Amino acid sequence: MKRAFPILAILTAILLSYALYSALVVAPREQTMGDVQRIFYYHVPSAWTAFILFFINFGASVYYLIRRSTKADVIALVTAEVGVVFCTVVLVTGPIWAKPVWGIWWTWDLRLTLTLVLWLIYVSYLMLRRFSTSGQTPLIAAVLAVFGALDVPLVYFSIWFFRTQHPQPVIGGGGSIDPRMLHVLLLNWLAFSCFAALVCWSRYRLEMLHREVDEAQAMEALLQPSFVTGRNSVAVSQDKLRSTESAQ
Amino acid sequence: MSTAALTGATLFKDLRLEWRSKDAINSMLFFALLVVVIFSFSFDPTAEESRQIAGGLIWVAFLFAAIVALNQTWARELRNQVLDAYRVSPAPANALFLAKAFGNFLFVAVLECLMTPLFIVFYNLRALGPVWQLPIVAALGTWALVVNGTFFAAMSLRTRSREIMLPLILFPISIPALLGMVEATTSILTGEYSAKFWIVLLAAYDLVFTIASLLLFEPVLHAE
Repeated sequence: MKRAFPILAILTAILLSYALYSALVVAPREQTMGDVQRIFYYHVPSAWTAFILFFINFGASVYYLIRRSTKADVIALVTAEVGVVFCTVVLVTGPIWAKPVWGIWWTWDLRLTLTLVLWLIYVSYLMLRRFSTSGQTPLIAAVLAVFGALDVPLVYFSIWFFRTQHPQPVIGGGGSIDPRMLHVLLLNWLAFSCFAALVCWSRYRLEMLHREVDEAQAMEALLQPSFVTGRNSVAVSQDKLRSTESAQ
Repeated sequence: MSTAALTGATLFKDLRLEWRSKDAINSMLFFALLVVVIFSFSFDPTAEESRQIAGGLIWVAFLFAAIVALNQTWARELRNQVLDAYRVSPAPANALFLAKAFGNFLFVAVLECLMTPLFIVFYNLRALGPVWQLPIVAALGTWALVVNGTFFAAMSLRTRSREIMLPLILFPISIPALLGMVEATTSILTGEYSAKFWIVLLAAYDLVFTIASLLLFEPVLHAE
């Protein structure tokens, strides 16, 4: 497993640079929108990646509620964190594209609002985790994640009742797309997914290490010399005495 | 004791406590009054404009005021370790949750009944649509706020600065419910379109989150 990590890292680096080259050079220029449209190769894959990560977060949270597994909790935490980052990318690149094409930065349309609400829900999820004090953070966070996921269809239908201004989905939405563009889009998506997996993985390892360190520190605090009777504690106190004497 | 009897007993205890202290209702009423006055100053609407914006103003005022009551829900049980006693007792957790949710529902409903005339006076409101739908919207909307609010208040008991935490987790999840209440109220006030879709949405929201809360309350109560 440990060897797989650098392999994935190298693969991601190659894919990302090739995807960047394809998005900027290989993909044809869009007829009406011009080069601005190229942001689409970052916007859409980021959105898909974020949604997948949020979906994994939901799955991991449900699994945690059933099995109480630490791994599921850490997976839920890292997917929420990385998902919020990708969701932020979507929310930032969207207005950059929308201003020249639609003439406005933002509109309260279905997909925009849904993405924003998802972002809000997962930011509140991360804040709850940050503010939680007890050892039951995983449970409370998992419950909130389930509530957030239940909220998504309701948000969808409530905003669906407003008008929709966002361009219809290019894939499976009846719109036509140049096959070269589709190729670049899917390539970018693959690269972004690998990148997300890489970041999640390293964050997962970091979080696991954090928890191990916390546990070790808690153990160490319990085994302080003052608590331990016997030779060791005597030696330590003698050491302390000597050091105070020499200081004087 | 059955769940219904336990719910009744806890609810009655909470109502009696509230009747004697009037902490929640007084602070909510005054807070909502302040919101109404401040909104009225900051927008200064005509009768036609206020019909368009009143739905939003009313519900935002009630939402903020409800937070005051929701924050007090469980704080009362922390004193003298009442909540710990409840945890070790064999009583079903859902009875406690339902009692708290009904209690909050009653507090917010009383607040709404008292504040609505003030809104009508301050904003010169006269509904052009079917007024009989308003109580339905109010009941569904209040339950939507209160069921999640009670649940999240129990969750935020175990966080630092929990009074701030509650709105932070409640508002994002409540967005569809808030949208439903505001749109339904506006449609009834202006009479321009039907509130039916929004009433159905609110009912669906209530159903989904009531079931979710009842299913997940027990682990949340016992989390420590």
